[in-house]
Amino acid sequence: MNVTITVNGEQRVADVAASESLLNVLRDDLDLPGTKDACEQGECGSCTVILDGEAVCSCLVMAADAEGSEVTTVEGMGEEGHLHPVQEAMLAEGAVQCGFCTPGFVVAGAHLLETNPHPSELEIREALSGNICRCTGYGAILRAFETLSEEGT
Amino acid sequence: MPDPVDPRRFAVVGHNEPKVDAYALVTGKPVFAGDASSDGALHIAFLASTHAHARITSIDTSRAEALDGVSLVLTHENTPATMYTTAGQGFPEPSPYDTRMFNPTVRFVGERVAAVAAETPEIARAATKLIDVAYETLPAVLSIDEALAPDAPIIHGEDEATGIHDAARNIVSVVDVDIGDVEAGIAGSAVAVDTTCETQYAQHVPIEPHVVRAYLDNDGRLVLLTSTQVPFHVRRIVARVLDLPVHRIRVIKPRVGGGFGVKQEILLEDVTGLVTLRTGRPAVAELSRPEEFVSSRTRHPMRVRVRLGATDDGTLRAVAMDVISNTGAYGSHGLTVMSNAGSKTLPLYNRAPDVRYRGRTVYTNLPVGGAYRGYGATQGYFALETAMDELAVKLDMDPVEVRRRNHIRVGETSPIFAAIGEGKPGVEQTVGSCELERCLDIGVEEIGWADKRGARRRDGPWVHGVGMSIHMQGSGIADVDMGAATIKMNDDGSFNLLIGATDLGTGSDTILGQIAAEVLGVPLAKIVVYSSDTDMTPFDVGAYASSTTYVSGNAVRRAAEQARAQITAVASAMLEEDAGGISLRGEAAIGASGNRVTLEEIALRSLYGSDQEQIGATASFVGDESPPPFLASFAEVAVDTETGQVRVVDYVAVADCGVAINPHAAEGQVEGAIANGIGYALTEEMLISGHGRVRNPTLFDYKIPAAPDLPRIRAILVDSYEPTGPMGAKSVAEIGINAPIPTIANAIYDAVGVRLRNSPFTAERVLAALDAVASED
Repeated sequence: MNVTITVNGEQRVADVAASESLLNVLRDDLDLPGTKDACEQGECGSCTVILDGEAVCSCLVMAADAEGSEVTTVEGMGEEGHLHPVQEAMLAEGAVQCGFCTPGFVVAGAHLLETNPHPSELEIREALSGNICRCTGYGAILRAFETLSEEGT
Repeated sequence: MPDPVDPRRFAVVGHNEPKVDAYALVTGKPVFAGDASSDGALHIAFLASTHAHARITSIDTSRAEALDGVSLVLTHENTPATMYTTAGQGFPEPSPYDTRMFNPTVRFVGERVAAVAAETPEIARAATKLIDVAYETLPAVLSIDEALAPDAPIIHGEDEATGIHDAARNIVSVVDVDIGDVEAGIAGSAVAVDTTCETQYAQHVPIEPHVVRAYLDNDGRLVLLTSTQVPFHVRRIVARVLDLPVHRIRVIKPRVGGGFGVKQEILLEDVTGLVTLRTGRPAVAELSRPEEFVSSRTRHPMRVRVRLGATDDGTLRAVAMDVISNTGAYGSHGLTVMSNAGSKTLPLYNRAPDVRYRGRTVYTNLPVGGAYRGYGATQGYFALETAMDELAVKLDMDPVEVRRRNHIRVGETSPIFAAIGEGKPGVEQTVGSCELERCLDIGVEEIGWADKRGARRRDGPWVHGVGMSIHMQGSGIADVDMGAATIKMNDDGSFNLLIGATDLGTGSDTILGQIAAEVLGVPLAKIVVYSSDTDMTPFDVGAYASSTTYVSGNAVRRAAEQARAQITAVASAMLEEDAGGISLRGEAAIGASGNRVTLEEIALRSLYGSDQEQIGATASFVGDESPPPFLASFAEVAVDTETGQVRVVDYVAVADCGVAINPHAAEGQVEGAIANGIGYALTEEMLISGHGRVRNPTLFDYKIPAAPDLPRIRAILVDSYEPTGPMGAKSVAEIGINAPIPTIANAIYDAVGVRLRNSPFTAERVLAALDAVASED
């Protein structure tokens, strides 16, 4: 079936199977591989996107259910010369190691700061609790978001 | 040996340069193997064994092959019977050749039995269910004790296997080392300790599972785009298995989403490559998360007994370590992980004249062990540092003081360095840098050791305690592993740095670029780093054994120094000054007179002017020693005496890694390793049923730490300079993971007086230990 989704501000149409996840459609059909596929069970957060204002695991969303929705992926967060403040902060703090979880953190973190511009350390940890990073121990990621929280982007 | 240089004089080294790949990663560019377009590719799915030990009596693939969209089905009947090891180690590999691409006898639940290549992943998966396999089940061995029982079933009775120490007794490998007389040493000691610790099955959980994409280039050569730590070993081993010449294979490692050792294993490249060779079409294989847990590789579970003898002032007289390592169904890294349990731990306490090491690696019908950050040292340190804590208690001494009296120091050696190597004897070495005393000073201060130890502060049901441990690792495998680097100069005074070294998210491309930039007097931006492509870059063994900074880094330093000499010679002619007085800095060559010529001018002359020559060099490095980094680890924990739950409240890890080429990257390695180790200490455990099936192969049931689960891990790097290292650097990637298990165990003891000798320290285990102590009272 055809679904129409507004992705990163652009209306896109994809022919999807009934059982196909939004993650699959983004990566394979819409050529947006920035959103990562790491567990397909909603446990790691690597596939986080913003769906109609909510940060969700796109592996748990049926593509068919996204009909008419607005989706923002990491590709819609920033571009050369105009990085999102979350991206800038993660670069500055050395919060990117292997980078596989990074798109999920960028999206989840941007969503956090939109809804709560000055989160406390606890609020940051809670907001990012669905995103697993195996490389950093989260220290550098937290430092990045604390900088942003102080600045109130 | 480079001249010692004050690190503060470095222009690029020692600075927090952003990772050269960070921009692409933070913007989600398609840089991973799984991001490449799979248009037109076949997708591969695997059928796994449901038996722990069984002979395949028949396998019928006809229904699967008949499914629309299925291109090829592979089983043991139509694939090479070549015996090999999946361990991506140097040649000849010190692991037994005890497997083939598909084995006619399966030896663990989850072992691949067949592969299907089809037009879509869904068709491939559906087709695996149409393969009819008949098994003759065999008695299974599901523990170390069962493996060593006198009448145990034999797991590797096949004639074809080679390199197994004693297949009839399920013993993969043996290491016995005796220095002095340890029994006499213990008997003659005023105080003795005897403790046995056991570690669990754990998995690396790289966020990116294994993924390979294979295709044929225009000359019909096989190209493997793969998430590997060891591209050159992949090429060599796949060539052997597929009976192709090495030159017909190109292996490219793009960005890798974490490895931690599990991608030092050739798991998918052989099958994916074979599908492409048989069909002529691109093919993609990617492990699902459950497959990653069960069918890839794990940390070898070990039982480690440590006995110590000491004088009544706490000086060690004798140390005995007995290790039994469970390698599971295949012997990947079986010998060397077990060896490292001793070789990376025992030299730390070199005061003892009597030292004994006994190591055995055994087969079981359980998931397969492999390389995992720490590589046996992690398991060895649990028992050793628990024993040292017990010794301190027996002597009524501060555990920090007991360590101070016994740890190795600059200018000292240990006979263990030469006695235990990796598949052969090790090498003698003298420690050239060790700031462990300073690490201890800082750790004691930062954690608040003096106030908190023994204080048992209560907070409702929570009781606080502090614990510590110390550690060393190595920097590469001395006398075995080689790295090489090529540098060439471009028209604008920039350079290409081509390295076989393998950045798996660690930042090695960046720090190797920093080393080159430092030598050549240019900013990092003028070094274009390209790595890990067997067609384009020189050889390197890959990313393992904490080798990249030291081994590959020294190769880069050498290549850059050779290029610098060529540049200086050209500058000498241009400036009409003696080359000996010329130095490179600020993208220019500056003579003793102060006259300068830019690198761009030098490059243009070399490429287009007179005496034309490509400025550039290739250099190699093999360590003749493996300088250990050191770490002092301190934790404060809180133990809930009602539920047994353990919370890590504070963690301080103070490391001596020599000069940190990039402090952010080095701290990130320590923090990340500690976080991984905290998970290993508290929650991470593959639970296995009575039939050998992994019960929790998902991130929901296998709990790795998330942001709310961890304290702020404080990684502190002390000033240090390793004389043999590139710019004074040593390794840093592995050492941290060894620390949390003993540190937390010792902190739990300080808090509530119970010794946890089986990891992980789950609430259930801690509560049972508390109950056992209560019932004794």
